[in-house]
Amino acid sequence: MPGLKDVKNKIEGVSKTSQITKAMNMVASAKLRGAQERMENFRPYAEKFDEAIKDLSTGAGDNQPLMEVRDVESVELIVVTSDRGLCGSFNANIVAKAQKLIDQFEAEGKKVSVVTVGNKATQAFRRSGKIRESYTDLMGSFQMYNAREISQNVSNQFCSYQTDEVRIVYARFVSLAKQQAIATTLLPIKPSEQEKAGDSAAVDYIYEPSPDLIMESLLPLHLNVQVYHAMIEVAAGEHAARMTAMDNATKACGDIIKDLTQLYNKARQAAITGDLMDIVGGAEALKG
Amino acid sequence: MAQIHLEVVTPNGAVVDEDVDIVTAPGVDGEFSVLANHAPFLSAIKTGTLILKKDKQKKFLMVSGGFAEVSKNKATFLVETAEFGHDIDVDRALSAKERAERRLAKARAQADDIERTRAEAALQRAVARITVAQRSNL
Repeated sequence: MPGLKDVKNKIEGVSKTSQITKAMNMVASAKLRGAQERMENFRPYAEKFDEAIKDLSTGAGDNQPLMEVRDVESVELIVVTSDRGLCGSFNANIVAKAQKLIDQFEAEGKKVSVVTVGNKATQAFRRSGKIRESYTDLMGSFQMYNAREISQNVSNQFCSYQTDEVRIVYARFVSLAKQQAIATTLLPIKPSEQEKAGDSAAVDYIYEPSPDLIMESLLPLHLNVQVYHAMIEVAAGEHAARMTAMDNATKACGDIIKDLTQLYNKARQAAITGDLMDIVGGAEALKG
Repeated sequence: MAQIHLEVVTPNGAVVDEDVDIVTAPGVDGEFSVLANHAPFLSAIKTGTLILKKDKQKKFLMVSGGFAEVSKNKATFLVETAEFGHDIDVDRALSAKERAERRLAKARAQADDIERTRAEAALQRAVARITVAQRSNL
């Protein structure tokens, strides 16, 4: 039986931990609200962008360096995770997904390089020696130009024939309770499937400058948009995952406190019973 | 006067969503204006000033990098940044301009093409901000 004092100390310790996890849960939920708002603000931009690319790629799309499809000898993965941990298996899932892809590509005899975004991805792949570039400490507050830096970097690699394919691995924000690690192909940019018949034929655009030139300036932007999108989703997912993780931790703390309190009461009762026995025993002895 | 619906959308949300008489924008091939019932039109946009005119009132917006789509009496501008004159911090823009000029001079001296392009873009943005802020205050 542990001593009364030990149990009491332990209860105090656990309840302090639960205060911290509770606070972290609240912070995460506040940050999540901001991140979700950002995601919602970004959505119309992304949607309109997709539409325009679709409209355009029916008219142009040949001879674009970013659309060049070639035999794949080396692949680059952009792995986007959060900067901080304590958010359950959120980052581990993304890293696992990336690792699986790496194994698969290497089994096919392709060369793989990694660009990490976020501290956790950098830590995970540091020892593998595959990191070509890492961007850390920016998931807390990033802007479009951060995404642009990353996408320019990978598209330079692609255009200079260092890599033949670029994929991005991140976690999609499905719902508060679910973030799904996914991988999508960034480069080469695939021309979108033809519009439904009659839909695009109705609109005959005047292009200024030529469709090819517009494409040339739009495709890099398209890339930015996708990288930025991945980062936004990861930022929101991180907070949601942390909220859930901290909620679970707080609940677990509650359970432990309950058990410990029971133990404490039992120990207290045992001590009282022991004392009583002594007193009764002493009284009996005096009588005799 | 017939109006055209104008939307200016940035990654941080919609900045403008209203009917206007005429919108003038900095296309990469030169400035253009769009009136109501314009033919379907798609143009790349460079850094500069977007002017929207409504009921003889002019509003100025600084825009950078993107494109415009006009169809079905609706003009949609997808740009990376869009700021109204009164939201622009002129002091900051002025110091950004100086900084960009220094970067540009350095990049030219070192024949660093990438850095030169970046510095030029930064300079254009700073100049556009200053222009828009000044025009809005007239």
